[in-house]
Amino acid sequence: MSVSAICLQAPFDREQARALRAGDSVLISGTVLAARDAAHKRLVECLEQGAPLPVDLQGQVIYYVGPSPAKPGHALGSAGPTTSGRMDAYAPRLMAEGVAGMIGKGYRSKAVVDAMKKYGVPYLASVGGAGALLSQCITSYTVLAWPELGPEALARMEVRNFPAVVVIDCLGNNLYEQNQAQYRTL
Amino acid sequence: MKDISVQTIADTVAHLAVQACCHLPEDVVAAMKEAAVSEKSAVGRAVLAQLADNAAIAAREDVPVCQDTGLTVVFADVGQEVHITGGSLEDAINEGLARGSLNGYLRRSCVAEPLFERTNTGTNTPAIVHVRLVPGDTLSLVLAPKGAGSENKSLVRMLVPADGIEGVRRTVLEAVEKAGPNSCPPMVVGVGLGGTMEVAALLAKRAAVRPLKSRNADPRYAALEDELLLLVNRTGIGPQGLGGVTTAFAVHVEWAPTHIAMLPVAVNINCNAARHASAVL
Repeated sequence: MSVSAICLQAPFDREQARALRAGDSVLISGTVLAARDAAHKRLVECLEQGAPLPVDLQGQVIYYVGPSPAKPGHALGSAGPTTSGRMDAYAPRLMAEGVAGMIGKGYRSKAVVDAMKKYGVPYLASVGGAGALLSQCITSYTVLAWPELGPEALARMEVRNFPAVVVIDCLGNNLYEQNQAQYRTL
Repeated sequence: MKDISVQTIADTVAHLAVQACCHLPEDVVAAMKEAAVSEKSAVGRAVLAQLADNAAIAAREDVPVCQDTGLTVVFADVGQEVHITGGSLEDAINEGLARGSLNGYLRRSCVAEPLFERTNTGTNTPAIVHVRLVPGDTLSLVLAPKGAGSENKSLVRMLVPADGIEGVRRTVLEAVEKAGPNSCPPMVVGVGLGGTMEVAALLAKRAAVRPLKSRNADPRYAALEDELLLLVNRTGIGPQGLGGVTTAFAVHVEWAPTHIAMLPVAVNINCNAARHASAVL
């Protein structure tokens, strides 16, 4: 979103993730996990039952996305962020398992922000509604588990220069609150 | 009497489903480009430029503007002198939607039942169909795919007459502020006033798909639209909630007669991908 973007490799280096601050523009390259409502529910169910997870979550960045299907010759269809708040019930448990970054859009609960502070995890947003543009930064999409969930399956994505902005950092600084206050004239 | 076959209806719906999801209406793209210049926040301008680029990429490559290709809302205005042949209207709409979703690579976003199993129907059907019987011999179809980020933030409040205009302002601001970045602003805000609860909700939905820059025919309600847009854009939410003066592209109000003791207010929020496509048969 800005010319002075920070280039980040995913999975995240813990120290680098911890150093990110609300307002930082980033370009992410590497491997991220794609998961939304149903995959989150199943991941947490696995943990509760002591069953093995389909993927090691250590250092992983989870992108909240359910892409549209790929046209022939494409890795995937449109792939913008979905509303993060629906994952709030599950996110703290997954951070405890090693998740090191979350990409989505919209507000997070206090419990999620508390867990982000505890585990040193940043929350980033990409532009909701820009799914066609964002999918150009995604070079592969591989379903890892639960294909029956369709767009909600757990998947691995290779991304290159995927644009996002840090909206809440691991100190709890919140770009939504800061920037909105600046333009509020009610 | 004019015969319209279910085949024609299904073919039309299949086309409109893809058209609506991959090609944003020109007025919406124009609003993005205008705001990319007029927005005061630099981050906001960058977001708007990305959204305009995104619309161009989607149109060029025939891919959905947004991966959430929505539940498909269909407004069907059926002329009294139209005779639908070969089957049922709703079956034809759903057949067309399933075909369009498959051929257009639209996401399957519909679950068969809301609470227990939530099994994906796998076809993107059924559509949400609103049929109105109208004079004439044409069948008008408007398809408005609706994503969950914005629909989840819509609301209905049963105000009373004493709440008046101030109550309407309060309700619209409540919806917009709760929606914030979750609804992918800049939004298009549809407001339904009057009727009963379900009528207000439907009016709000119809208002949300009205062309941008269209105004309510009644000057008092047109002035209310202007005032509400100013208020919404003073919340500071801005593009994607990252701060700015473009929280909504438009606020549209539709109204209906209501009870002496009622003032229903519904707010239906549309995201920046304010999609719709239409045809007249």
